[in-house]
Amino acid sequence: MSNRMMRLATLSALSVLLAAGATSAYAASTEADYKAAYAAAEAANNEAGKLRNQWTTAVSALKNAKKAAEAGDFDKAVAESKQSEMLSKAAIFQTNEQKDAWKEMEIK
Amino acid sequence: MRLTFRSAATGFVLAALTFGAAQVSYAAESPNPQADLKAFQKYFTDKFPKVKLEDFVNGPYSMDEGLYKQWKEKEEFPPYEFALDAGKELFNKPFKNGKSFADCFPNKGIGIRQNYPYFDEKQGKVVTLELAVNQCLESNGEKPFSYTKDDMASVTAYMAFTSRGKPFDIKIPNDPRAIEAYENGKRYFYTRRGQLNFSCATCHVQSPGDHIRAEVLAPALGILNAMPIYRSEWGGMGTTSRRFTSCNSQVRAVPLKPQDDEYRDLEYYLSYVSNGLPISGPGARP
Amino acid sequence: MASTIRVRATASGETTEVQALVQHPMDSGFVKDASGNLIPPHFIQQLTFEHDGKPVFVADWGPAVSKDPYVKFSFKGGKKGDELKISWVDNKGATDSSTAKIQ
Repeated sequence: MSNRMMRLATLSALSVLLAAGATSAYAASTEADYKAAYAAAEAANNEAGKLRNQWTTAVSALKNAKKAAEAGDFDKAVAESKQSEMLSKAAIFQTNEQKDAWKEMEIK
Repeated sequence: MRLTFRSAATGFVLAALTFGAAQVSYAAESPNPQADLKAFQKYFTDKFPKVKLEDFVNGPYSMDEGLYKQWKEKEEFPPYEFALDAGKELFNKPFKNGKSFADCFPNKGIGIRQNYPYFDEKQGKVVTLELAVNQCLESNGEKPFSYTKDDMASVTAYMAFTSRGKPFDIKIPNDPRAIEAYENGKRYFYTRRGQLNFSCATCHVQSPGDHIRAEVLAPALGILNAMPIYRSEWGGMGTTSRRFTSCNSQVRAVPLKPQDDEYRDLEYYLSYVSNGLPISGPGARP
Repeated sequence: MASTIRVRATASGETTEVQALVQHPMDSGFVKDASGNLIPPHFIQQLTFEHDGKPVFVADWGPAVSKDPYVKFSFKGGKKGDELKISWVDNKGATDSSTAKIQ
């Protein structure tokens, strides 16, 4: 598969994950659901941190997730966790892409 | 199916990242800071042929005539005067052990700001003026200053003031670690980060003179020459550390700690490519 | 403590141009601090410039004026060597004053 097709495939896969993430919020979430979603989001945020590129919005979504869970709103807590995870995954993608892509901007 | 706006927006960002990337790979080139400097300065002087090289240090004021007039008036009675006076006092005040800042710096700390940052071969890292100030405090048993404002801004304001007019004279010694630090700084400058996917270059190389909301963007050339600055937006003084961290959060990237490796290397790169331009600090900005 | 007032007055013919920078937090009372508490209002209510015993410029200020206000104005009747007296009072009753010679 060419580079372009691979990227298209990746994007389509991510879009599916996105959609899947949205629909699963419909079933009433339990505390266990929240804990799993939060752990995944936290892991992604930490990985972005290791890459020195955490996004502020990913961090605030994590905080909102925790607050919602403490208030007993596990639907919201799961939604915020998934949002945070998506943002951190995008941050990781960005960092990896920029490893070479930064040169596009360099004044030569 | 209910996709929230935020989820859609993230999907869009991902799409932009994917399709925006060029399908090119880059051969590794050997570092050539002198060539970088030439190209960097030529880029800006070509882009703004009416601006004199030394005037690039005035940031947005050299990009906008109306702003320039207001700024010139203000310079007769600049808002950083209070910090400057406080800085002079602090600089001359002896530490508890009887020594003072003058004992830590070459030429007693007067008229040396244009040599910072430098690559310290013993420490094996880039030393900025702010780092040097705190290293001086700590080695004399004093509490270090917070990096972003207040005392650090006051002291560096005074030190910058004693160097006004002197051209940046940043050296990259023939040490692979120094060259690596320079290259790290350069890479940081051009790397996109944060949810807004901006690099420093996005604003300061691609869009100087343009507006971002109500602000006029400064060119990257000479952008550190006026530090530290009194920013009307902050209602007070801020150091290079303050500016780097706030720029990061403004593109929705979690800021690193002031004076982390990346920031010091960034300052090294940005100062080096502005070699020859005069120190104009402390400065005032909108 | 150092004065909060910086002033420069220059006479040119009949007109004297005055610039002043006053150090004051000028808190409006509408801004919250990092913990979410309102910072109480603390601002200069009146700033007065006097020449030859008479006020030549009086400013009645409120919370809309920003931190460390800068003022510039001109008046007639002053000459080089004359003294200019500047004073302010804020909403907490604090005051400061300074004098400057017209150059």
